[in-house]
Amino acid sequence: MTKLTFIAHDGTHFDMDAENGSTVMENAIRNAVPGIEAECGGACACATCHVYVDEAWTALVGEPEAMEEDMLDFAYDVQPNSRLSCQIKVRDALDGLVVRVPARQG
Amino acid sequence: MTDITKTDVLIVGAGPVGLFAVFELGLFDMKCHLIDILDRPGGQCAELYPEKPIYDIPGWPSISAQGLVDKLLEQIAPFKPDFTYNRMVSSLEKLEDGGFRVTTDENEVFEAKVVVIAAGGGSFQPKRPPIPGIEPYEGKSVFYSVRRMEDFRGHDLVIVGGGDSALDWTLNLQPVAKSVTLVHRRPEFRAAPDSVNKMYAMQEMKQLAFRVGQVTGLAGADGKLSSAVIKGPDGDVEVPCTRMLPFFGLTMKLGPIAEWGLNLHENLIPVDTEKFQTSVPGIFAVGDINWYPGKLKLILSGFHEVALMAQAAKRIISPGERIVFQYTTSSTSLQKKLGVVET
Repeated sequence: MTKLTFIAHDGTHFDMDAENGSTVMENAIRNAVPGIEAECGGACACATCHVYVDEAWTALVGEPEAMEEDMLDFAYDVQPNSRLSCQIKVRDALDGLVVRVPARQG
Repeated sequence: MTDITKTDVLIVGAGPVGLFAVFELGLFDMKCHLIDILDRPGGQCAELYPEKPIYDIPGWPSISAQGLVDKLLEQIAPFKPDFTYNRMVSSLEKLEDGGFRVTTDENEVFEAKVVVIAAGGGSFQPKRPPIPGIEPYEGKSVFYSVRRMEDFRGHDLVIVGGGDSALDWTLNLQPVAKSVTLVHRRPEFRAAPDSVNKMYAMQEMKQLAFRVGQVTGLAGADGKLSSAVIKGPDGDVEVPCTRMLPFFGLTMKLGPIAEWGLNLHENLIPVDTEKFQTSVPGIFAVGDINWYPGKLKLILSGFHEVALMAQAAKRIISPGERIVFQYTTSSTSLQKKLGVVET
């Protein structure tokens, strides 16, 4: 199990154990993290699971691919550390990952 | 006097479940008319993820979402359903004879004995862009689509977005508008490369302005915009703006169905699990939009729901008629309806 933390917009921390291979978005939905809507269910077809990857983790998490970058155009207040959480797969190297939920989705 | 389109069953939503409803209803000789807010059938399958594979359609180990829509259209073709696209149902009233009158946002009027709501996650509507204080300008200076190009003549136009809609309207409205500024958060676009090249060429010739950035503020009064603030890599820039066209994609909203008195449960329509009928007899709800204990939002659940719904709809449309349960594999009468045997 890999540890994962979401910080909601109001500062509440959501700590969870995530299965490797699952997406960061799926874990948010399972744990009812407020502010992650995932309208399209993880098809990289909306931008409602937008998160900011904690600065300490951006290098490990990596850059969005072209399709995700396109989708990020629809997100609110996109920053250099913006990612769609449905496109980040949980793996051992990401143990302890911290992501922040934006003020609003799309 | 508006023309009234009459049909047996009016289906709201032409996604996979709405389409398959035509099949099940058609087997019982009920004629269907579908209304959808999109410009084509398929709902979320066509709009959100046409090329993505679906793995849980029985008998199809993998099928693309658009592929499923195409197959469903082929499957329901013998029943000759009618389609009305680009329309949102706006109101529904019960008629004295027990049927329903449904009106669209363009004031077309339909009358049906049965209404089936297969509206999925709701109707696709333009997403409001993340610009603070945009609401008072909507419909006056800020528009989400172009109905008449003339409405933009002589205006300082700001177009926001990086897809085909944004690029196409930038190019098409450039000759009409007083000035055009295209705003997108990065220099790469999701649009046809040809349009992007044309846009850059026009920028080169100073016929329009392209700015990398996000619109962060609006100024104006009484719904009339005067300028927009664009936050770019070099800081904030204020540009004249009397019309704005933001293209931020589509989102799903329940819309006017919420006003139909169907006792919503968390924005979903409660139904029974025998008929999938709502609290109003004669109005059914199937697919992602309905709710009952144990509901799963799966396409295959919707397919099951329409089969049972069709039986109940038949009892309303042909009261007293005995409903014979038949298999398409063995029933000559069903096969005739499907056009697979000589009539």
